[in-house]
Amino acid sequence: MNWLVDFFGNAANWSGPDGIPLRVLEHLVFAGLSLLLAVVLAVPLGLWIGHTGKGAVLVVLSANAARALPTLGLLVLVVLLMGVGTLAPVLIPLVALAVPPILVNTYEGIRGVDPELRDAAYGMGLRGRQVLGGVLVPVALPLILLGMRTAAIQVVATATVAAYVGLGGLGRYIIDGLATKDYPRAIGGAVLVAALALAVQGLFALVQRVTVSPGVSGRQRIR
Amino acid sequence: MITFDGVTKRYPDGTVAVDDLSLEVPTGEITVFVGPSGCGKTTSLRMINRMIDPSGGRILLDGVDVTTIDPPTLRRGIGYVIQQAGLFPHRKIVDNVATVPYLLGWDKKKARDRAMELLERVGLDLRLAGRYPFQLSGGQQQRVGVARALAADPPVLLMDEPFSAVDPIVRASLQEELLRLQAELNKTIVFVTHDIDEAIKLGDRVAVLRVGGRLAQLADPATLLAEPADDFVREFLGRDRGIRRLSFVPGDGLRLRGDLTVPASAEVSSVRGTAEAWLVVVDDDGGPLGWIAPKDLPDSGTLAGVPAAPYGTFVKGRDSLRSALDAALLSPSGNAIAVDGSGRVVGVATREALDEALARVADGARG
Ligand SMILES: Nc1ncnc2c1ncn2[C@@H]1O[C@H](COP(=O)(O)OP(=O)(O)OP(=O)(O)O)[C@@H](O)[C@H]1O
Ligand SMILES: [Mg+2]
Repeated sequence: MNWLVDFFGNAANWSGPDGIPLRVLEHLVFAGLSLLLAVVLAVPLGLWIGHTGKGAVLVVLSANAARALPTLGLLVLVVLLMGVGTLAPVLIPLVALAVPPILVNTYEGIRGVDPELRDAAYGMGLRGRQVLGGVLVPVALPLILLGMRTAAIQVVATATVAAYVGLGGLGRYIIDGLATKDYPRAIGGAVLVAALALAVQGLFALVQRVTVSPGVSGRQRIR
Repeated sequence: MITFDGVTKRYPDGTVAVDDLSLEVPTGEITVFVGPSGCGKTTSLRMINRMIDPSGGRILLDGVDVTTIDPPTLRRGIGYVIQQAGLFPHRKIVDNVATVPYLLGWDKKKARDRAMELLERVGLDLRLAGRYPFQLSGGQQQRVGVARALAADPPVLLMDEPFSAVDPIVRASLQEELLRLQAELNKTIVFVTHDIDEAIKLGDRVAVLRVGGRLAQLADPATLLAEPADDFVREFLGRDRGIRRLSFVPGDGLRLRGDLTVPASAEVSSVRGTAEAWLVVVDDDGGPLGWIAPKDLPDSGTLAGVPAAPYGTFVKGRDSLRSALDAALLSPSGNAIAVDGSGRVVGVATREALDEALARVADGARG
């Protein structure tokens, strides 16, 4: 406990380029940007595959392949290929980490919608896109959001690797702290990462409450 | 009018679900497709709104080949009701019902007003309009399904076993409701069921299909029951075919006796001398109170003080011979009380009268 006080109680840790506010901000930029890219890539793809039924094999293969990728290894590879100085070495591994849960959950969510419902939607005279946007997505939304939340938490936790390639973020505290045997610093960094992950969790709970229809969430509670 | 003209459906795996089906579904009538599981009822139905396209032959909607119409456009003009209602879980009931009006670009207010009107029409409490589907019972959901199909006032309604997932009591009330609606709306309805009783109850015409998707018989229910085309149809119609036929024989033909009715205010002494075994006691409005046996009365007082035996009634001019027979079996006298639309006794069909009527039906079956 004293270690935490040592770290968080030290006014010097709250300002400047190595201060907590800036490190948190950097961390959030890495994580947020990666998540955004992953969503832009994986959600439309998952929707399309789930809706058309084409390329389902792709989902399984890519998801498994990406899960097996060691994030740190990928990071080193990107650095070797592209050098340091850009965000690419951080973003590429994080996006690779975030895509599988989003893709799989989006796909499963859409595919899992009751076929009777899909049938009724077409039977009413909705067109393909209207069925997807007007029925399948709203009904699958809890699962799609679950995929994003899983991805977000993983990305927040893993964005610490940015420090390995000389970039900022909360990883700095952990790596620097370990390197200089400044353990309060390392532990403080880890605590901040954990707090961010919790905040992300809370944020998604809020988004879920606002965006998911009570007709869908209520039904799930009953089951 | 919907015309099936040599329609065949062969699925990619080679299954022939419908084989050279030709029949006409007349405008403003309920045509029921009935048959054992897998005989191609659903496939036939879904070819009408192009949820499935035929592999041979044509389906004409008022003379136009449906395959020439863009499916979503076609479907917006055809109501479609399925077994599990298929309501959109994320939309409130009122918005579910307004689905097609929204698609057709009606403004929101008009679409919702129309939806409310329909909810009322199908007998739903309007307080349910703001709920979500999961908050409704199966029977209520099914009513919403019907309202939704009717929302844009399509001339044609396709119903695929819409009532088979609810319990028998709810099913009966949904069937009544459909008949009541149809009397007002005169839609062209194709109704699929595997339940022959439902087919007979609802259909103006019944198409019996056999496995392999071939038409075994197309007839009105009375004809179907009286003259099944072959052993398959006879077997499918099941037991009690003779009794069920009586549902289609009007009770009007019954000879009624008007001299068996006595007012409750009459003195016991006034009926003691009669030779009749049973008399109907009626109240001041002419409504039946029950049967009394004149040989078994107290010494004095009015008939109102005499315990009356149970009775059954049928409505003259509306109910069938079957209802009359049922009414007779409910009373110890074995006679059926005929009442008018407002429940007043208009006469009594005695056992003899029922016997004569049954004999006429039996004679018809022989010829
Ligand atoms: N998509 C499909 N692919 C292959 N065969 C099919 C397909 N859909 C239906 N069939 C077959 O076509 C036949 C008719 O099916 P259909 O669903 O029209 O029957 P049904 O009369 O509606 O039966 P039920 O009363 O069980 O609903 C069945 O043998 C069924 O197995
Ligand atoms: Mg079927």
